[in-house]
Amino acid sequence: MFRLSSHYPYLIAGGLVVAAIGVTQAPSPAQAADAGIVAKIANFAFAPPTLTVHAGGVVTWTNADDDPHTVVADNGAFKSHALDTGDSFTQAFATPGVYSYHCSLHPYMVGKIVVQR
Amino acid sequence: MADRPHHPPDDDGLIGRRGMLKCMAWAGTGVLWTVSGGVASSMLVESAAAEPMSSGLNFLQISDTHLGFNKAANPDPVATLHESIAHAKALPGNPAFVIHTGDITHLSKPEQFDMADQILKDLNLPVFHVPGEHDTLDDGNGKIYLDRYGPMTKAKGTGYYSFDHSGVHFIALINVVGLQGNGGSTLGADQIQWLADDVAHLRSSTPIVVFAHIPLWDVYTPWGWSTSDAPAAFEHLKRFGSVTVLNGHIHQVIEKVEGNITFHTARSTAYPQPAPGVGPAPGPLTVPAGELRSVLGVREVKLVRGRHDLAIIDQTLAASA
Repeated sequence: MFRLSSHYPYLIAGGLVVAAIGVTQAPSPAQAADAGIVAKIANFAFAPPTLTVHAGGVVTWTNADDDPHTVVADNGAFKSHALDTGDSFTQAFATPGVYSYHCSLHPYMVGKIVVQR
Repeated sequence: MADRPHHPPDDDGLIGRRGMLKCMAWAGTGVLWTVSGGVASSMLVESAAAEPMSSGLNFLQISDTHLGFNKAANPDPVATLHESIAHAKALPGNPAFVIHTGDITHLSKPEQFDMADQILKDLNLPVFHVPGEHDTLDDGNGKIYLDRYGPMTKAKGTGYYSFDHSGVHFIALINVVGLQGNGGSTLGADQIQWLADDVAHLRSSTPIVVFAHIPLWDVYTPWGWSTSDAPAAFEHLKRFGSVTVLNGHIHQVIEKVEGNITFHTARSTAYPQPAPGVGPAPGPLTVPAGELRSVLGVREVKLVRGRHDLAIIDQTLAASA
């Protein structure tokens, strides 16, 4: 059921084409319409739990806990590496929609990005 | 291994077995659990020491070594792992092997696995692993772990396997891979079917030891300290007279008896975590200076032949301080 080789971090799901861009490929804040929205990971929770951005917006999560966390889209559209204390992950959201995500180490940690036109 | 000596006082400053047991009793940290017919009882290990040594199987459990962690809760888990090994070597009995119940590393880095292997070698015993969620953080979702430890046990699927030793059937289950959002830890249908097949040929009198990283019972679900489909797995173990379940993950000793099944979580060798639901989150807990070693530890498990009992001795690193 959970074969190790079957995980594809970049999936196209539900007819939505999502740009799954890692930290190094993220557009600079100057290019983004809704740049540099900051989300926090603290006390084993994403804060705020729901964030609204415009299409093309960029969200950066920073881990403030002494335990690593990840930011993983429920539909596989994006996935961070393990974020140790102080590490950040930046993701651009090109296409309107609702993107639910979780921490793969602590899957009860969940959040949502609402991307508007 | 049978001729491995007991450990007299030595020049490392370690104390002898009887002295250690006395010290544990004095410190109130050493409790021996005897499980018989599904009813657990405990006594101080000093009185237990008066009993003859087991002629059955002894093994060690080490958990949550978290090599690579360096925060305030314990800036040096390498040092406390070395201390844990020293304690394990000084425990009574002649352990046949070690079970490591996961979170070997903090961040799944090859050098962290290397360090763990190198330190555990000092025990000169085979080590049976299961991964924690910290051991499957590589881009391959656990490929590094599986490449390293899978071949020794001919692990299947996500890494599960079983083996027999001294008439006991050991089952290693994996509940840290493929976790979904809004869910908790799971074993998955494939693994549960494998378990059913694995035990199908065993007599119901065979003692069973199950080990996995995340607790296989509901310790505290809001913090993910449970495995949602564990009950389906235990359906296949109901007919056995003695089932002992060993977990890590929560860095503290919590025990429960449910019918024929006894559940035990273990201490970490690296840092403690809060009691279930105490405080805002289950992160590393920083205890007052000087108290760290009283909340870290190792475990010895002993099968007493003819009694069908598994005795479990948890010992903190402070016991010989």
